[in-house]
Amino acid sequence: MPSATLLGQALISGVLAGGLYGLLAMGLSLSWGLLRLVNLSHFALAFLAAYLVYELGTNYHVEPWWSAALIVPAMFAIGVAQHWLFDKFKVNELASLLITFSFAIILEVGIQLYWTADFRRYETEYATRSLKAGPFYIPILDLTLCLVAGALAWGTWLWLRCTYVGKALRAAAEDPGIAAAYGVDHKKLAYLLSGIGAAYAGIAGTFIALIATLAPAQIWAYLGVVFAVVIIGRLGNPLGALLAGLLIGASESIAMAVLAPAWAPVVSFSVLIAILLWDPEWL
Amino acid sequence: MNANGLSRLGAVVAIGVLGFLPMARLPAFYDSFLYLVFFWVSLSTSWALLSGFAGYFSLGHAAFFGVGVYVTADLTTKFGWPFLATLPVAAALPALLALGVGAIVFRLRRLRGELFALLTLSVTFVIATIILNTPIDGGGGIFMSAVPLPNLMPTPTGTIYLLGFILCVASLGIAWKVVHSRLGMGLFAIHDDEDVAEAKGVPTLRYKLIAFALSAAIAGAVGGVHAMYVGFITVSGTFELTVPLYVVLMSVLGGARSWFGPAIGAAAITALLYAFISGGEAMVGRAIVGVILIAAILWLPDGFVPAVKQWLAKRRRATPPPAIAEVAPVMPAIKPVSDKVLLEVRGATKRFGGLQALGGVDLDVREGEILGLVGPNGSGKTTLINVVSGFYPLTSGSVKVDGIEIGNLPAHQIARRGVARTYQIPRPFVNMTVLENVVLAATFGMEHSSPFKWGGGSVIRDGGVMSDTFDAAHDPSVGVRRRHLPRRRGRSASEIRDEALHWIGFTGLAGKEEALPAALNLHERKFLELARALAAKPRLLLLDEVLSGLNPAEVDNAIRLVRAIRAQGATIVFVEHLMRAVVELSDRVAVLNEGKLFALGAPREVMRDPRVVSIYLGKAYAA
Repeated sequence: MPSATLLGQALISGVLAGGLYGLLAMGLSLSWGLLRLVNLSHFALAFLAAYLVYELGTNYHVEPWWSAALIVPAMFAIGVAQHWLFDKFKVNELASLLITFSFAIILEVGIQLYWTADFRRYETEYATRSLKAGPFYIPILDLTLCLVAGALAWGTWLWLRCTYVGKALRAAAEDPGIAAAYGVDHKKLAYLLSGIGAAYAGIAGTFIALIATLAPAQIWAYLGVVFAVVIIGRLGNPLGALLAGLLIGASESIAMAVLAPAWAPVVSFSVLIAILLWDPEWL
Repeated sequence: MNANGLSRLGAVVAIGVLGFLPMARLPAFYDSFLYLVFFWVSLSTSWALLSGFAGYFSLGHAAFFGVGVYVTADLTTKFGWPFLATLPVAAALPALLALGVGAIVFRLRRLRGELFALLTLSVTFVIATIILNTPIDGGGGIFMSAVPLPNLMPTPTGTIYLLGFILCVASLGIAWKVVHSRLGMGLFAIHDDEDVAEAKGVPTLRYKLIAFALSAAIAGAVGGVHAMYVGFITVSGTFELTVPLYVVLMSVLGGARSWFGPAIGAAAITALLYAFISGGEAMVGRAIVGVILIAAILWLPDGFVPAVKQWLAKRRRATPPPAIAEVAPVMPAIKPVSDKVLLEVRGATKRFGGLQALGGVDLDVREGEILGLVGPNGSGKTTLINVVSGFYPLTSGSVKVDGIEIGNLPAHQIARRGVARTYQIPRPFVNMTVLENVVLAATFGMEHSSPFKWGGGSVIRDGGVMSDTFDAAHDPSVGVRRRHLPRRRGRSASEIRDEALHWIGFTGLAGKEEALPAALNLHERKFLELARALAAKPRLLLLDEVLSGLNPAEVDNAIRLVRAIRAQGATIVFVEHLMRAVVELSDRVAVLNEGKLFALGAPREVMRDPRVVSIYLGKAYAA
């Protein structure tokens, strides 16, 4: 059994890593819960954004925050374009899954052709900085990521809950026909939401570029975990997605400290299976 | 020799020639190219068994395939098993894995399809992780070169070719067999509407598990053979996403709802991919496959084979509709209402979270009776039907049919005990013709024939149920003529078909047998609901607002039909808002209010009861 300090450090870095899961899960959760579209290409979009941040940073020395300011709106546009396709062909949930699966593969191939299959690492000065709290270290980047994820989750949750647009979206998710009869322009809102989801992928991608080592195949590395997070956090609930992300991140990290790092993927999966077996009302 | 025999002979000759092809000692290139075709045909056909037929898209075919690969690799290299002996294990282990995954995800009521796709996809990664981190692989890969290959053919590539070919023929054979069996019929019904399939007596959970296990077993066996073909096995090479991608693409492109559609798609795509791989552009090939998949889903959602079939069917429009079933003229059996209680509901309670939809309902329905179930909206009428038919499990209380507790049985078992229902908004299986819809209900309906004389009614040849013959329904001499029909499981397909045609005629849908439900109007769809319910030969028929939305003439028609159904021996509980029909049809009327039984008695008395009037119209009117 590792020492208390090690476990505590594992818990902290796990929760912080969970922030990324939560951030990735939010966009997915929104489009699955409110648009009934399962977007597997979300991860590929995040990695596309990460590679772009890396490219701009290493070759053109653009600060990652400025790159993000460029990339996030571009991602929003991609999300809108994607939804245009879904809307035009009246794609259902399963078909959306297959189509976005293909999108993801195409993006993966594109990334691999341009940046090759080699591992890429974006070295920045931020990566090494950390706060020290008692015996524990808190990396600045991870903390920023968590704060950004928290702010986005909170903001999105309030937006869905309190504004007209948010309420209209939730109504349209329940029953598009009835919502339309009450004057909700579901289509326009769906474009907005789809764009927002993709923009979140852009934000997540910026952090991935700063925190992680990039490789095309890594696109699939987050898939199992993040979908577990989406489901546990309840579809369409950004706050739930973030909390579930933190929960999964923490349990993975503890499992890594107690068992071995290579076993991490099994954790989220076991949690997901446990939840499915439990089949609670809120699922 | 007819066309059927000719095609059978052709298939036998083709199998023989292809099977012994390696004897011809063609260059190894042909063997291995054809092996790859067989490989993808087997994988995509096996995938379609569950995912194509029942509509549960698995993205985890690589997991089952990969487990098969590693079973063979480990047993041969680490335990010294002979290669062929590993194949049964390579098939069995993935089947067990599939049963495990299925047992978790198939029981869910919501999001089953999506969760299934995601769970199978994540299973792939988890299994890859486990294999990579344990001595099963350990990260170094496994060399198969030292494993002896049996000399089934003059060359090693020839042997692998032959094994691939055998698996390919076997998977096509299994797919053909499934399509032409109860299993296949049930899977197609699950694809269209799983809840209705269950209510019509299809054991949906068991069928999905069988199909999933079969599908995984074939994939595993294919993996076992493929281990020998590849020679050097790595985790990243085995659990590749290209496997699910290609398999889904091939099946969807060829037509996943047909038994040979996936094979056509597989052959076409393999040839296409081969062109790229030989050109050294494997990555580009993957991307192109992705583009084709998107295009196929958007423009050819049903696949190539169904599209061709439709086109052929259009050209043959002139073919006559199937002959109307030979049915004896009307011999209705009027069954007086007996004292025996058929349906006994005691303290039935159903809660949805905090909402109590049924709060302890007690109700007896006697054999042969028509009971009208009325009440204001939200009073629990449809919930009661849903509980009796098993769509919802009871929160507490008991429901007995013929003295046997059915309260918490799965819906398909309730259906097999002779309870059939219709839906307020018709829910036909949309990809099945009218005839297929009714045949399904007849096939999976009540297991033993009811003791009443079913199936001797009339076909209204003029295409309506307006015939006077129903008015002769009260000839008591016929009622005593009971006979037991043969057990349903033993019936031949043509007998079932004749029965189905009979009920289609009975409900006035003759001439629409080959139509898809989308081509029917509301009135016809409602009658299709009835035909399906009747084809199950129910002892207890639950009708949920069959009359709503019909015009007065159609209502008259439907009332006559319900009477005729009772005359055939069924006990009927019907939910209805149309008071004229309630009064005309019911022997007794039960009024539900706020989830409780409010009044029960003869129709006219109950409807005049001021308390009943007050719950409908408010207190002022009751005074």
